[in-house]
Amino acid sequence: MSTPALATHDVASARPRFRPWRLVGGAAIAIVMLQVVIFLVTNERLEWGVVASYLFNPNVLTGLWMTIFLTIVGMVIGSVLGTLIAAGQLSDFGPVRWICQLYVGVFRGIPPLVQLIFWFNLAYLVPRISIGVPFGPELYSWSSNDLISPLTAAIIGLSLHEAAYMAEIVRSGILAVDTGQKDAARAMGFSRLQTFMKVVLPQSMRVIIPPTGSQFIGLLKGTSLVSVIAMGDLLHSVQVIYNRTYQVVPLLLVAVIWYLVVVTLLTMGQRRIERYFGRGYDRAATAMPKTGQVRTMLTGAVALPEPAGETDATGRARRKGKGA
Amino acid sequence: MNAETTRKTVLEARGVVKRFGDTLALDGVDLSVAEGDVVAILGPSGSGKSTLVRCLHQLESIDGGAMYLDGELLGFEEHRGGLRPRSERQVEQQRRQMGMVFQQFNLFPHWSVLRNITEAPTKVHGVPAAKARARALELLEKVGLSDKADAHPRQLSGGQQQRVAIARAVAPNPRVLLFDEPTSALDPELVDEVLAVMKSLARAGMTMVVVTHEMDFAREVADRCVFMAEGRVVEEGPSAEFFASPRTDRLRSFLTRYSEGRQAVS
Repeated sequence: MSTPALATHDVASARPRFRPWRLVGGAAIAIVMLQVVIFLVTNERLEWGVVASYLFNPNVLTGLWMTIFLTIVGMVIGSVLGTLIAAGQLSDFGPVRWICQLYVGVFRGIPPLVQLIFWFNLAYLVPRISIGVPFGPELYSWSSNDLISPLTAAIIGLSLHEAAYMAEIVRSGILAVDTGQKDAARAMGFSRLQTFMKVVLPQSMRVIIPPTGSQFIGLLKGTSLVSVIAMGDLLHSVQVIYNRTYQVVPLLLVAVIWYLVVVTLLTMGQRRIERYFGRGYDRAATAMPKTGQVRTMLTGAVALPEPAGETDATGRARRKGKGA
Repeated sequence: MNAETTRKTVLEARGVVKRFGDTLALDGVDLSVAEGDVVAILGPSGSGKSTLVRCLHQLESIDGGAMYLDGELLGFEEHRGGLRPRSERQVEQQRRQMGMVFQQFNLFPHWSVLRNITEAPTKVHGVPAAKARARALELLEKVGLSDKADAHPRQLSGGQQQRVAIARAVAPNPRVLLFDEPTSALDPELVDEVLAVMKSLARAGMTMVVVTHEMDFAREVADRCVFMAEGRVVEEGPSAEFFASPRTDRLRSFLTRYSEGRQAVS
């Protein structure tokens, strides 16, 4: 059956196919990108000079720090509370399960803007807040107006809203862990808490981290809502300036630049954390995909950015699939 | 027979009943395991074998009957002239005296092989870290995986994972080791390496309850065999008699089917 002619073939010497549609697509993208750049550079109403002069304005930077502070506080409280609620939703004790499901239903259902305004106006509904024995004597009591500042209203509103979303994310992560893992941990004599903290939660992290990254970014942008209750965040700080100078567009650009900078940093951090919790799930050592691979024009491949959120393994598979 | 009555009973089940909704998974199961014995539990799938060992290890609660470990009632305690469930803490205390090996290995993928073995001794049994580590390395050597201490479970073959799982279960020196179909998830060529480890454990005097489909293992290694069907113990006895002269038709046809199946394969 041996055919000598076949033996002369060797795919190692194969050259890439010529792919004309890739040239067309690449050219179209290049034209659009060029026009965007021309618009950004030549449109004088963007007033880049004004943008530059306000980019590091102390008031803007104060607003930026407030935005970052609110995001971190909201995320920390939201994550801790959300994890507790997620565990509660999976409890085998009915009342705990119901109250946690009710919480998620209510706080996920009310728009965060409405919650912020509601908490800010809490004093109207509850003039005094007190600690004491239920239906018994009061121990301490505060005026709601003293307690609820724009800052506390912002923290409460954002955290409670975030906790409801985080509860759902953590719950899905817990459910994604193989039940055999819980069996094995219990079989070894771990307590419920040890089983959850040592075995279930670390493994659910792999599933929890990507949507949590999106939540983090969502919350960062969501903090701009607090400007309605006169909380001095990034958006509010530029609004204060453009209300005075009427340079609306360039000052919004200042805010946009800072939001994009912080989001980019967060995304990079997320990738690192994903790799950390992905350990033990890849047979090969985990490595980041190489970016900026050089491709010759002969292949017709334009170096498009890799889609976000792709894993190493599929990234590699994709490149092979392109037959470069 | 005399030798058997004089040896201490470690694990015992009396009339154990387990329901899953309307189905009766265990219908009054009796089982007695003497110290140092290897008891094999055989039977068709759905006969309640796995449910029985899961109940014995209190991974499932039981709905009737009683189970004892060294004479102590498992899962329940006497209270005001009746019985009530034990506290979580007491149940955990009882579980710690037994070990379990699962069909799907269930190693913890986020920990190294070494940590899989040392975690329970150090965090649950209070063994000093250095001592637990030394014991883990010694056990890894016994199961032939000394070089894999720092590997992660998913880097190992199924047979290697199961050998690690056995080392993990043995590490805290349990009174009884329960095996739930330990070789059923393995490729045929990997079964023997796991059975070899189990044989050496049996020789070392470990008390074992093994749910298995490996007839040769049951015949050669087990002291006693139990045949279950539809949630009941149909027949039990010393391995030699069990295989040579089965008393019930049920067991006879089960054994015939298995030996035929084996011949067809070989």
